[in-house]
Amino acid sequence: MGKREFTIHVGPQHPALKEPENFVFKVDGEYVVDVEPRIGYNHRGIEKAMENRTYIQNLYIVERVCGICSNSHQTCYTQNVEELLGMEIPERAKYIRVLLAELERIHSHLLWLGVAAHEIGFDTLFYYIWRDREVVMDMLEEISGNRVNYAMPTIGGVRRDIAADKIPKYLKMLDVLEERTKFYKNICATEKTVLARADGVGFLSKEDAIRLNAVGPNLRASGVASDIRADSPYLVYDEIPWNVISYDSGDVFANVLVRVDETFESVNICRYCLEHLPDGPIRTIFSPLGKVPEGEAVSLVEAPRGELIHYIQSRGTDKPYRYKIRAPTLGNIPALCEKLRGGYIADIPIVLAGIDPCFSCTDRMVFVDEDRDKRWEMNGEQLRRYGVEWYK
Amino acid sequence: MAMAKELLKNAREKPCTLLYPFEKTAPPEGLRGKHVFVGEKCIGCGLCARVCPAFAIELLGGRGPKMSGMKVYLGRCLFCQQCEEVCPTGAIKLTTDYELAVLKQEDMVLVFERKPPEAKQPKKE
Repeated sequence: MGKREFTIHVGPQHPALKEPENFVFKVDGEYVVDVEPRIGYNHRGIEKAMENRTYIQNLYIVERVCGICSNSHQTCYTQNVEELLGMEIPERAKYIRVLLAELERIHSHLLWLGVAAHEIGFDTLFYYIWRDREVVMDMLEEISGNRVNYAMPTIGGVRRDIAADKIPKYLKMLDVLEERTKFYKNICATEKTVLARADGVGFLSKEDAIRLNAVGPNLRASGVASDIRADSPYLVYDEIPWNVISYDSGDVFANVLVRVDETFESVNICRYCLEHLPDGPIRTIFSPLGKVPEGEAVSLVEAPRGELIHYIQSRGTDKPYRYKIRAPTLGNIPALCEKLRGGYIADIPIVLAGIDPCFSCTDRMVFVDEDRDKRWEMNGEQLRRYGVEWYK
Repeated sequence: MAMAKELLKNAREKPCTLLYPFEKTAPPEGLRGKHVFVGEKCIGCGLCARVCPAFAIELLGGRGPKMSGMKVYLGRCLFCQQCEEVCPTGAIKLTTDYELAVLKQEDMVLVFERKPPEAKQPKKE
C-alpha cells in the first residue's frame, strides 16, 4: 500500500468556487484514501477590523464576509446588536428581512446548482440556470438597490421599504422562478449526465453527519431534518408555514434535491411575506454614533449554506470589544473529508462543490509521488476536465 | 428529453445578453451609484465622513463653516448609501449612474466644492 500511495495537493487556489483552500489527498490509483484539509488561506482580519469600527460601520463590513450570504451575516449581526440594546424591531421590518433572506437563498441555491452542473461538465445546464437566476438578481436589485451586497438590514429594522405597487410584479417574478426551478428539477432527476455523476457519489451516512457536525443542506441531504429556522426560529419563521426538506440518500444527488426543494420552499415563503406584509414603520431609530450597553450575545441564522453563528461582546462603547464569526463552511469541512474518502479522484470537484463551500475553486494541484520524489501540478480547470474526461 | 425541448426553444430565441456599450438597460429606481453633492445645502457637520465605513469621504478645510469642499474616493466607496442616510439636509446623494469606469486614477476621486454660506456669515459677526 505504502509504495503505491500518492499525495495530491488540491488548492490553495479555488478548489470549488473562487476562494482559496488547500486539500492534501492521499491516493491509491484512482481512489482517495485520506484527505487533510488546510484552512486559513483567506484570513482577512475582518473580526479585528470590526473591533475598530463603530456599530453602523460594521454593518457594511460584516456584510462583506461572504458575497453570497451577505444578508445572513448582516441579519445575524443586527440581531446581536439589537439583543444587547434590548430593541424590538417592527413587524414589517421582520417580514422584509425574511423576504430578503429567502430571495438570497433562492439565488444562492440556483448559483450552486449552476456550479454543480459546471463541475460535472454539463455547461449547457449551467448557462440556463444562471440565465434564469437573473430574475431573482433583478428582483433583489429592485428591492435593495444592489445585486449582491444588499445593505438592507440595519440596527433597528431595514433600510428600504417595499412599495405596495411593486408587489404584483414581484409575485409574477416568483412565478417565473418557480416554473423554471420545476423544469430544472425535472432535468436533474431525469438527465443521465447528472445521474451518472451525482447519484451515489460522495456518500455521508446519517450517523457520520451528526457525529461530524455537518450543517445546512449537507446535513439535510443525509436524512437529518435540522434547520435553524425551525429549531430555534428567529424573525417571523414561526409564523410562516413552511417545511424542512430532507433526503436520506446522503450523496451529491440528495444535495441537489435538497437545494432544489428548498428553492420551492423559499419561493413560497417569499410569496407569503409579500402577501401578508404588515403595515407600520420599517425601523426604530438608532443613532449613527450610538453606544451599545455592556454585555455579550450570540445569534444563529440559517444561511443558505447552513448554520451561521455570530458572537459579540460589548464594553459599553460605540465599538464592539470582540466579535467572532463562525461561517457554515467551517462546520462542513470534517463531513466533507468523510465524503471524499473512498471516492474517485475524478469525483473530487463535484464532491467539493457539493457542500457549496465558501472557500474557493481547485485552481492548482500538486501531485506528489512520495517514493520516487516525483511531483506534478495541475490546476482546477484541468482537474475538472480530468473528471469529465474520466467519465466519458 | 426535457433538455432537447429547451435547446430547440432557445435556438429560435434571440441571445439573452445585450451588446453592452451599444445597448443598455435602464437601471432600476433606487440603484446605488455615483454621488452628487449640493454645496448650498451642506452645513459642514461632517457626519457623512464619520459614518463612512470605508473612509471614502474627506472634508476639505475642516468641519463647520470653514469647510470648503468634499472629496469622495470612488475606489474606496462601498456604495452603502450610509452617507445619504445620515445627512441631515440631503446635501449628499447617490444617483443611479452606474458607469464608473475611468482611464485615469485621478478621475476616481470626485471633488466637490462648497462655498461657505456668505450671506449668513456677516450676521454672525
